[in-house]
Amino acid sequence: MRILGITEEGLVGIFYEMIKTASTSIPADVYDGLKKAYERETNQGAKKQLEAILQDIEIACSKKVPICQDTGTPYFFIEMGEDFPIRAKIYKAASEALRKVTKEGYLRPNAVDPFYKKNSGDNTGRYIPWMHFDLVEGDDLKVWFMTKGGGSEFPSTLIMSEPIEGFDKLKRGVIDTIVKFGPLPCPPLIIGISIAAGGDIAMTLAKKSLLRPIGERNSDPNLAKMELDLLNEINKLELGPHGFGGQLTALDVKVDYAYRHPASFAIGIVTSCWATRRSSAIIHSDGSWELTSKHILYNGTGCTIVR
Amino acid sequence: MVNEYHLSTPLTDDVVKKLKIGDIVYISGIMVTARDEAHETALEILEKGEKLPIDLKGLVLYHCGPVAIKKDNKWQIVAAGPTTSMRMESVEDKFIEKTGIKMVVGKGGMGKKTAEAMKKFNAVYAVFTGGAGALAAERIKEVKDVYWLDKLGVPEAMWVFRVEEFGPLIITIDTEGNNYYEIRLNEVAKNAEKIKESLKEYKWT
Repeated sequence: MRILGITEEGLVGIFYEMIKTASTSIPADVYDGLKKAYERETNQGAKKQLEAILQDIEIACSKKVPICQDTGTPYFFIEMGEDFPIRAKIYKAASEALRKVTKEGYLRPNAVDPFYKKNSGDNTGRYIPWMHFDLVEGDDLKVWFMTKGGGSEFPSTLIMSEPIEGFDKLKRGVIDTIVKFGPLPCPPLIIGISIAAGGDIAMTLAKKSLLRPIGERNSDPNLAKMELDLLNEINKLELGPHGFGGQLTALDVKVDYAYRHPASFAIGIVTSCWATRRSSAIIHSDGSWELTSKHILYNGTGCTIVR
Repeated sequence: MVNEYHLSTPLTDDVVKKLKIGDIVYISGIMVTARDEAHETALEILEKGEKLPIDLKGLVLYHCGPVAIKKDNKWQIVAAGPTTSMRMESVEDKFIEKTGIKMVVGKGGMGKKTAEAMKKFNAVYAVFTGGAGALAAERIKEVKDVYWLDKLGVPEAMWVFRVEEFGPLIITIDTEGNNYYEIRLNEVAKNAEKIKESLKEYKWT
């Protein structure tokens, strides 16, 4: 008989660390992307914005305070090993962790009942946190956490296209979406795009694609090329950081897909702001775990990238 | 030509008239927050002919809902970046007229109605870097007061901050009614047409 070490309490503690890390310490890939853009930017307005962004990131990480006052809506994407000992109680553990993190001031209470207008005060409520599960083989729990700001949800777009016009509508739709919302979603953006049979599948996969680190290309070379082509073209818009122009409108473009229906071509488009906040971890059934996302950390004098 | 200014409140008409779109400003002095509900509350009071708890003449209005915690009976601002200003577009002209505010700070820009009011009453609109909540909080040195907290809650209440070198603020509407984002977004829309043309050539299937 195996000794199973992970407890519900242990899980709360791991989720707590993941949420706190995401809210206060930007992922290394996002920091890298912004820093490189700052160094090469020649447009003075854009450079000033990037400078303020980098300062903000460094203050947040050194003082352990939220990067942005809109600390977002909590999303969990989970790959659950079928032999991982805790299953149904994962949701309860995540909610408990959110309550604790909110109470300590690392998250602003952002969960509001749309009918009764009541803010729950602790970032939990009906369907919040939002959780997406994939059941996989093995006995590990892989968790991706993302907290998603309200402003960068505005551009979320679903296009239900005729299959013949699918790719044309996708190309136009992505550009139109970015132009329509301009500075509101706080560019430079990460843009997630997905094709699927149903609208819900397209939107979910587009959102999920934002979890992939900047610079990581799709394993399919054709899709990898599509990501880079779209990224290059989007950056010719010269919308730039907060709309002040320059070379960086998007930090990256991510493409994913599901098989579609012969008659349908659903296109999901989602964006994430420059303050893309996410963390990931692998949790073993014996209770041990590690953070699998890289973040910046304060080393006493400046910020460095630490795994 | 982009100029950089370091200004103190109260701001006078002469000072704000010098500010042009694209200029960079840092503010020291008093900034007062108001989002949707604080705008409504303030205008209700003013329309009844009553006075606000603070005279806003010459001060800076900030579209912001901060993360604030109370420690040892004193408020501390943890994060305080700007919120989307366009939500206040329908009432900002009245707010400017009735309060004598000289600068509005937010994110994303504002529309024609506000630009006209700014021209008429000598005020400017400036953008603070969206999302930079920790940087903003660092420049807020003291919470002088907070109004309507019980009624509106932390993000919607009217906070009175003493700030030092609050910025960078980029002027995007000036006292001549020039609107930077209007010009900029037209350029972006033009670029978009070219890009959509060239994207037609790409094939990924």
